[in-house]
Amino acid sequence: MVPSPVNVLVAVKRVPDSSSEVLLTADEQAVDGSKAGFTTSPHEECAVEIATQVVAAGEGGGEATVVTLGDKDAAEQLRNALAVGCTQATHVVADAHTLGPIDIARELAAVVRDHEAAGRTHDLVLLGSDASDTGDFQVGIRLAYELGRPVVNGATTVTIEDGVAVAVGKGPEGQETYRVPLPAVVTIREGGVEPRYPSVKGRMAAKKVQIEEREPAAEHRGPQRVKLLLPPPTPSSVQILGEGAAAAPAVVDLFEQLGVLSR
Amino acid sequence: MILVHIETDLDGTASEVSLEAITFARNLSEAGGGVPVDAVVFNELSDDLHKELAAYGVRTVHRIGGDDVAAYSGAGWASAILTAREAARSVVVMAAGTDRGMELMAHVAARAGVAMAANVISFSGLAPFVVTRQVAGGAAREEMVLNQRPAVFTVAGHALEAQPATASGPADVVEHTPSIDAADLLARVVSSEEPEEDLSGALSSAKVVVGAGRGVGGADKFDDVLELTSLLGATLGVSRVVTSAGWRPHHEQVGQTGSRISPELYIPCGISGAIQHWAGCATAKNILAINSDAEAPMVTKATYAVIGDLHEIVPAINEEIKRRKG
Ligand SMILES: Cc1cc2nc3c(=O)[nH]c(=O)nc-3n(C[C@H](O)[C@H](O)[C@H](O)COP(=O)(O)OP(=O)(O)OC[C@H]3O[C@@H](n4cnc5c(N)ncnc54)[C@H](O)[C@@H]3O)c2cc1C
Ligand SMILES: Nc1ncnc2c1ncn2[C@@H]1O[C@H](COP(=O)(O)O)[C@@H](O)[C@H]1O
Repeated sequence: MVPSPVNVLVAVKRVPDSSSEVLLTADEQAVDGSKAGFTTSPHEECAVEIATQVVAAGEGGGEATVVTLGDKDAAEQLRNALAVGCTQATHVVADAHTLGPIDIARELAAVVRDHEAAGRTHDLVLLGSDASDTGDFQVGIRLAYELGRPVVNGATTVTIEDGVAVAVGKGPEGQETYRVPLPAVVTIREGGVEPRYPSVKGRMAAKKVQIEEREPAAEHRGPQRVKLLLPPPTPSSVQILGEGAAAAPAVVDLFEQLGVLSR
Repeated sequence: MILVHIETDLDGTASEVSLEAITFARNLSEAGGGVPVDAVVFNELSDDLHKELAAYGVRTVHRIGGDDVAAYSGAGWASAILTAREAARSVVVMAAGTDRGMELMAHVAARAGVAMAANVISFSGLAPFVVTRQVAGGAAREEMVLNQRPAVFTVAGHALEAQPATASGPADVVEHTPSIDAADLLARVVSSEEPEEDLSGALSSAKVVVGAGRGVGGADKFDDVLELTSLLGATLGVSRVVTSAGWRPHHEQVGQTGSRISPELYIPCGISGAIQHWAGCATAKNILAINSDAEAPMVTKATYAVIGDLHEIVPAINEEIKRRKG
């Protein structure tokens, strides 16, 4: 069968970089990224890559649209996705941490519905399996229920064959394959594709795209959050075995003591 | 009633994290005046599993079987869990914080129209029901209110120790053979295969893991750590920097977005110990960090450490092992 154009929507979130020290905002409602900086979570970078691959494999004319719900600065995450192959962007301008996963799923569903009412279908909606700040593990699944579409969770690769999304991921029994009819929702985990680096040309093209900005569509329930806290520091009880090559005998003594060295 | 979804290992017994989840449920039950804890099991219920559930104080085991649940589907299994929930009249539905546990509980919560808390480590009150959960890969915690019924959540792996009940439960079996809506079966596993090599499976069950991070310095600089790995009959685990740089394949990654390991001994070489890496190795029994920076989090959190250049230390260890092995 001839491939037909595939239109993909991919949802990314601007999150504080938590790879170094994590601080909380003064109101204890969010992780403070003002010092550490902000990033897109690894799963979503892979989802963006899959979105562009799926569109490229389809017949010409398909679009990869990136969407985010976040404050003004979250436009950076949209530009980054535009720089690596997405061609349209939608920004729901709102403070993500004042919303809960139910709210966010509804907002994303409203974007899909409004786009489709305007003739822009989103045959496949991709998300990360979990956002790296709130780690709710549910927006994609809730979105699928909002839209009445099937959802595969935690796939590492997705391809389209004859109007069916073939999603593969790691499950308890090894590599698991799903074949779901489009339109569908798939959440992505890191590991199956390499996110690409933006080229200079990609960055230039990204700057030219007009980002669609919109207000939140619905009333919000808000998160169920009381507050955030930091885990208590654990006192160090490390035993230093030595410095440099001279420590080797002490290390191998330890191996023997722990019984990990077979003779 | 509290309903706990049970995952099994390949040998058919309950996975450690599921036993932890039942232990959590029992603690909750005690705080709540002794409401019974029920378990839900899909497909095979082996004798060993049945005995385990009794030893953990389970009142009723809801075994869900039949053609419609033989292959996994998130929506289908969640609808079956809600059937068991009705039979058990549970006010809490929970699972272990594995990928599958998260997925099932998200489906259950979406279908029931209630909130879901992922990676809960403790609860602090019952009315309102306040749980504390891990966020930001374990770098922070969130207190969250779950005041709707059922309260739906997953228990973070190794947040508590699995403990059999002081008095075992009857573990009466109730069979369910639900017929699932076709729409809920659209996203269903159509085939599953063991990967050709035992890829990341080896990591999760390894007794000794040698870790390698950015400190190794390049794709062509793994000879020392690979030799140590083979001398110890260990498995190699790496940091995300290593997989992102393409030095090693992703299935070797340890951490929040990689495998979780709990070996007898973990030997991270040139790994700083970022929280997302720590999330994957926190339950190692012993950690021997090899790092040039005595202040690196991996060093301060380790049981043992050697300070210095790993490319001097690791070859010296390899030589010493070979010398003693003779
Ligand atoms: C959402 C999210 C998910 C993530 N998931 C994961 C994950 O699953 N796994 C993971 O590992 N990371 C993950 N990360 C990334 C993580 O935050 C860190 O960036 C990463 O773990 C750092 O890798 P590293 O320790 O190898 O490198 P670095 O942090 O750069 O540390 C290198 C270390 O090597 C030491 N060193 C340098 N040279 C030498 C030498 N010659 N001899 C000895 N020591 C030396 C240095 O002192 C330093 O401590 C994730 C990040 C995010 C935001
Ligand atoms: N504010 C947001 N804007 C866009 N996408 C989001 C937002 N929050 C969550 N998502 C998507 O939903 C996935 C799961 O998030 P969560 O359920 O919050 O862990 C993320 O990986 C994103 O793809």
